[in-house]
Amino acid sequence: MYELKFDPDLCMACDTQDCLVKCQHMDIDQEAARTEILKLAGGEDSFVLRDCVTCYACEEYCPNGNHPFYLIVKMQEELGMFPLPDPLVKSGVQVGIPFRGEPVIDEMEGTALNMGVFSPLLGRVAGSKLFEGLPIISHDSRKMFHYFCQLMYLHYGKTSVINERLDGIIQTLAAHGAKEIVHFHDECYGTYTSYAPAFGIEVPFKSIHLFEFLYNRLLELKDEIRPLGYKVVYQRPCSSRLSSDKHPFVAKIFDLISVEYMDREYKDENAMCCGATILGQKKEGSRVYCAEIQKKNIDDMKKAGGQICVFNCPACMQTLGMPVSKAGIMPLFMSDLCRLAIGEKVG
Amino acid sequence: MSSIHQELVNIVGEDYASNRREELFTYSKDLGTSQPLWPEYVVAPKTTDELQAVVRLANETKTPIVPLGGGMTLAGLALPQQGGVIIDLKRMDKILEVNEQGRYMVVEAGISHGKITSYLKKNHPNLMHSEPGAPPAATVGGNLAIHGQGDLAHPYGFNTDMVNGLEVVLPTGDIARFGSCAVGSGWYTMHPLPDIGLFLGWNGATGIITKVSLKLYPCKKFRENNMFVVENEEFVPDVLFEISHLGMAEDLIATSSEIPPMMNRLHYISIINTGDSEEELEFKRHMTFDVQLAKYIRNGVGGIVSLYDERSRPQVSKSADWKKGGGFEYVGAIVPVSFYPECYRRGSEISGRHFIPYTVLGRVIGSCHSMMFSWSYAFNRADDATVKHARDALHETDELVMELNGTIWKPAIFGQKLMLERMDPGALRLMKEVKKILDPNGIMNPGNWEVD
Repeated sequence: MYELKFDPDLCMACDTQDCLVKCQHMDIDQEAARTEILKLAGGEDSFVLRDCVTCYACEEYCPNGNHPFYLIVKMQEELGMFPLPDPLVKSGVQVGIPFRGEPVIDEMEGTALNMGVFSPLLGRVAGSKLFEGLPIISHDSRKMFHYFCQLMYLHYGKTSVINERLDGIIQTLAAHGAKEIVHFHDECYGTYTSYAPAFGIEVPFKSIHLFEFLYNRLLELKDEIRPLGYKVVYQRPCSSRLSSDKHPFVAKIFDLISVEYMDREYKDENAMCCGATILGQKKEGSRVYCAEIQKKNIDDMKKAGGQICVFNCPACMQTLGMPVSKAGIMPLFMSDLCRLAIGEKVG
Repeated sequence: MSSIHQELVNIVGEDYASNRREELFTYSKDLGTSQPLWPEYVVAPKTTDELQAVVRLANETKTPIVPLGGGMTLAGLALPQQGGVIIDLKRMDKILEVNEQGRYMVVEAGISHGKITSYLKKNHPNLMHSEPGAPPAATVGGNLAIHGQGDLAHPYGFNTDMVNGLEVVLPTGDIARFGSCAVGSGWYTMHPLPDIGLFLGWNGATGIITKVSLKLYPCKKFRENNMFVVENEEFVPDVLFEISHLGMAEDLIATSSEIPPMMNRLHYISIINTGDSEEELEFKRHMTFDVQLAKYIRNGVGGIVSLYDERSRPQVSKSADWKKGGGFEYVGAIVPVSFYPECYRRGSEISGRHFIPYTVLGRVIGSCHSMMFSWSYAFNRADDATVKHARDALHETDELVMELNGTIWKPAIFGQKLMLERMDPGALRLMKEVKKILDPNGIMNPGNWEVD
């Protein structure tokens, strides 16, 4: 079985302990942070295991690339301290089981688009000039769980499920033959470029982040771009913490299509998670805490003057789309915003 | 052209009476596992006068008649067991009155629930009625004839408990009215006149409901589906009891199914909360999850799946998709809420024996006074073996309901016989007498609730 590559010596030598010091959901000073992370590295219990809301952010905060979040989740499982009630864990684990037949492997060459488990959103990309000529993997929603990257189980304290299933998913993706794969959701991108290497899981294709792809594609279509002029805020998803090197493409895309990227408190490294995973956690007060951070986040969007809230993650959209809309801000996927910029209509 | 056909044409016009095989074909079918049964005629009256004339004709000629609403029961209750005339009531679909302050509306019984919902949403958005868990084409009259339940079952009970008055065409063709409308006082109450409850739940075997005064209820501006999950089925009755104690949920339903896998051996409890403001909704969420259900969350044996979702009715019909060929039928039973665990366990065993992924659902009726529990069985319409498995599973389930001391809801003929075998002799005699007095020629949906 795959083992997490985590080096405690890096934590010992760390000057900042930013992984826990910067946590938005726990109040920890540097000394305590060092103690707790080393406890975890040594396989001991820590209050961090109970208080972690599984927002992924410490993966980005760690200055050493040492995967503190993966360690926390691994230890939650090893010590049986699952953040969610048992029925939610069971439900979550079962959700990824394919049940409607085997995938059809269409052979592809070059670069392809992987919809993962979001093939129901195919209508948002099919027919768009942005994705022209890009063959699509996982276009059949009946078969989408064969392409489910499994990373969601980090929220469930279940690295074992990821490690058990991921190799099969990678084999299915690889069987299509594409050498490069653009992932519609950056959770998939994070799986193949961060999680898999951290656990020594081999990935035989190159992954491309959607935003990087969109940016480059927009450059190709530069003559067709019409400045949109909107004031936009961005709801950064938890999984983007696994690919912080790609986060600058948000600002680059916004700049290219002439929308104003509004400054706000919960931006970039200080982004606030959508709360979807916090809602059901068994720690007392989780529901109320979830509602509070969602309110803070949306109030912050309003205060910043956002007209459009741009989403990358369909789960964030599902969680925050309606309340954002009720607050008078239009929720929009990044791909849809880019489509608007080249004059396409968005349903 | 037969003389009965000509008489029917004379009553309703040529376009609305038929004895043509291609038109009778449609009416010979039910969506469930029942074998086709052919009527000789189909007629679609537009007015009560026309309906009276049709019924008089049938009574004179001793021709069986079967009233048909949306044809959604799946249990073959509107199939002509002895041929005769199917009376399709869907053209009798007028909204006659809405009394906003009195919170009731008077409608012709052939109106669909979908039309009422749509009308109220557009014209009286602060009012709602209890739409059943059936396709919107289900009619008011059909639903009352089977004691249906709907969106408001938790606070207000069966849909037949939400009736302020009735007009019925009797098997003789005469008209009778019940409730305050009977004394010309409007349609605002069923009480306090002497009870003559002879038409609700009879499958049209005692008369044809033509007009109904439906109680309407406050319709809040916002409505959200909050979903809770437990793994241990033994917890379900208590979870429902705890939520019911609050008296706030508009609808309360527990479901479990083998497919999709996320629902397999888990019990999802859908709690429909409503409010006129976010504050009202948040108060209800707080009382539901932070107070009543907090012990389940704290102990890690129950969890919030989702909040704020739009209301979506449980779609057990989706189970028809788990076998190719798109068929499903279910047995419903009215049982105490405490029966949920046993009903679930035994039902999934029956499904297993017949190679059908299990699908069960329990909807709370009243403040946990009872529950409509349903076991759905999918089959492939093009595969006789799977149809037989489903039919056998349905019969086994009818027998299970009897074994558990439950009450089969809208039973098919097989289930009706099981119920009648167990019926209190006094009630049985009275049913027989009522039927004999009202329908001496035995023309009304014969085969249904027939006491030998």
